[in-house]
Amino acid sequence: MTLDEIVQAVRTAHDSQSALRIRGAGSKDFYGGMLSGELLDVGAYRGIVAYEPTELYITARCGTPLAEIEAALAERGQLLAFEPPRFTGASVGGCVAAGLSGPRRSLAGAVRDFMLGARLVDGTGQVLNFGGQVMKNVAGYDVSRLLAGSLGTLGVLAELTLKVLPCPTAERTLVFAMDADEAISRLNLWGGQPLPISASFWHDGQLWLRLSGARAAVDAATPKMGGSEVADGGSFWASVREQTHPAFAADILWRLALPSTAGDPGLTGLRAIEWGGALRWYAGEQEAARGAAARLGGHATLYRSPESLRCLEGAFAPLSPAMLALHRRLKKSFDPKGILNPGRLYAEF
Amino acid sequence: MMSAMNDTPFSVDKDALLRRLRLYLPDRCLLADEEDLRPYECDGLTAFRELPLVVCLPENEGQVIDILRTCHQQGVPVVARGAGTGLSGGAMPHAQGVVLSLARFNRILRVDPLARLAVVQPGVRNLAVSEAAAPHGLYYAPDPSSQIACTLGGNVAENSGGVHCLKYGLTVHNVLRIRVVSIEGEVFEMGSEGPDSPGYDMLALFIGSEGMLGVVTEVTVKLVPKPELAQVVMASFADVAKAGDAVAAIIAAGIIPAGLEMMDKPATAAVEPFVKAGYDLDAEAILLCESDGTPEEVAEEIARVTDVLKEAGASNISISQSEAERLRFWAGRKAAFPAVGRITPDYYCMDGTIPRKRLAEMLSAIADMERKYGLRCANVFHAGDGNLHPLIMYDASKPGNWERAEAFGAEILELSVALGGSITGEHGVGIEKINQMCVQYTTPELDAFRGIKHAFDEQGLLNPGKAVPSLHRCAEYGRMHVHRGQLKFPELERF
Repeated sequence: MTLDEIVQAVRTAHDSQSALRIRGAGSKDFYGGMLSGELLDVGAYRGIVAYEPTELYITARCGTPLAEIEAALAERGQLLAFEPPRFTGASVGGCVAAGLSGPRRSLAGAVRDFMLGARLVDGTGQVLNFGGQVMKNVAGYDVSRLLAGSLGTLGVLAELTLKVLPCPTAERTLVFAMDADEAISRLNLWGGQPLPISASFWHDGQLWLRLSGARAAVDAATPKMGGSEVADGGSFWASVREQTHPAFAADILWRLALPSTAGDPGLTGLRAIEWGGALRWYAGEQEAARGAAARLGGHATLYRSPESLRCLEGAFAPLSPAMLALHRRLKKSFDPKGILNPGRLYAEF
Repeated sequence: MMSAMNDTPFSVDKDALLRRLRLYLPDRCLLADEEDLRPYECDGLTAFRELPLVVCLPENEGQVIDILRTCHQQGVPVVARGAGTGLSGGAMPHAQGVVLSLARFNRILRVDPLARLAVVQPGVRNLAVSEAAAPHGLYYAPDPSSQIACTLGGNVAENSGGVHCLKYGLTVHNVLRIRVVSIEGEVFEMGSEGPDSPGYDMLALFIGSEGMLGVVTEVTVKLVPKPELAQVVMASFADVAKAGDAVAAIIAAGIIPAGLEMMDKPATAAVEPFVKAGYDLDAEAILLCESDGTPEEVAEEIARVTDVLKEAGASNISISQSEAERLRFWAGRKAAFPAVGRITPDYYCMDGTIPRKRLAEMLSAIADMERKYGLRCANVFHAGDGNLHPLIMYDASKPGNWERAEAFGAEILELSVALGGSITGEHGVGIEKINQMCVQYTTPELDAFRGIKHAFDEQGLLNPGKAVPSLHRCAEYGRMHVHRGQLKFPELERF
């Protein structure tokens, strides 16, 4: 597949004003609003375009599997520090479009924090380049970061440049027995100390922590933390990252993003806590989820559910009328005919 | 002297504007006499000056809303302003406009040590946030060199960096939430105290938007634990290319130092007599590499960095043995701008970024340009992230000197783009680099920027003529001349 084929497909759709449903590997078809429009499969537009370990960046076409990118990075002792889920063969384009980050997010940052540049095919079929391959670039609006989490509604993310980081030299996983309230309180206290905590996961009375960094730092922190060491930390964190851990096994799964210190939202069905207390997962129908999350200064996403429920509730917390109007104007400036992934983010555009 | 270059004509009735503003602003919040306006005529880039019609100094968000609504109704340009320390003319007033100073929004509203965040008003100084967080063992990581004076609102507008941003990130990585008033007087919250927020990442888009999209009235920043220890390794190199390679070697070894800075021989020669930092004056380049963390971590990293630097051919290596010595090593780097200012009547500071591997190439091109333009240039770099600050020395009193400096600077910026970099790493486009935007971006890309602007500010009233050039301007580029940049606040440290 070539860039020109993507451009032609978008132009044709633009001219006929018909919707396109952009798809990389389809690993996150479950996520977000309804899928509609003719399939534009960009999975075949793939390949690493440039990887410069000493410049700390990698540039890849959107269909490139994350597994391929991370294998290339691992060969040079580097990683995608936001630890995105791969699910079943996720592509880098879908990874950026969905904006989902994994366990290391609370330490290292989210997808958007690692965006350096993007080549975008906008809704009229124009090819636009934003950002670049350098760490610092304040020329023009920061469009490449805006694209993270935009779910393909602003353009086809044809090529992406991400900042990469060295792998920590040492990692260790500790486990503690404690209830959710205590876990949240301990995580916030630890977070204020210079400790090398790179991931946290609470489920069913147990809290797992991952320490990462220089060997000396991990060794020095271990006795300060307590807990007991987990032998196979690697596969444990993979199960959290890929959401194959039993905590995530639910037909209906709500994702609450909250201030890390937020108290109990008063919902039943708490399955897991991540990101130092800032990410909480609840199973089951939760009529009160959106209101409770908003009261605590956060928001609730209907992360995984039968289509009928997502259709009714919307996947994402509703925006204020003024914010929705701003979204629509922004959408219109990139995709004047509204042909790219309509309804995938919000039903209104 | 450069005057405001109006891409869009405005016709403002000053009397009608003042009548309306006086309805809700007390006299102490409104300046309209020339002598009162004069201090606002420029920011840190003093070569670009313009007197505004009016300066408003609102004291609460309600007044900001009223001012913006009035300007929206009457079609009046608005230029928001923090401390005015910016180096690209982003806060230069508009001749037909209002300067909206956030100087009185100077309160720290909340420091929450458990949640590790601070809620501050936009006129709060960058350093004041870290000072307020210090009793809790926390600090605000971005540390632009002007941090004793520059404000959080200005940092948000410019996406400010600092010497530690390679490891700790830019403003965009350290701000959680902002409150913004649109030109129509609508209040928006972007981001949240949680890890993300629904919809587009408006926060990321807004940070670094140079006052073009809205006016910030509140900023929530992330606070991080203060590292227990910091140490600096100073290394000398007999060859700038080798020093550039050493930077790459450190990164290749899997080390992300807290700071990684380079100075060339003209720069060390300028600063050493001034600050007596103990720099090796025979070296063609020196590198400063800072490590921070727990004592164990720092010891391990310093040992590895030292090995890498030796391997890379460093001729002399010293490691700071005390906090005083660490600060002394940094003192020269921090004083580079004023030190160069002492050995030349004028200098022009550039702000391009390039891929690190092109550093030697850029330096050798700059050396050729020195001969071509007959001017000297001292180079200080945020070497870790490829952000160059060449300081072109000239004498404005000599005919033709500035024109050569200007052409020299333009060639450096355009070479930065050609080498795969950017015209600005941290100072912003403002008015200074508006023409080079036409070099870095294509017409459709600039159109996309204009589309974003339109989505936030349909009439183009917020900071008109800055950051994103008009079509007309790009067409004109080549004919016009950007005048010399001259630093205000010479006492501030400049990185």
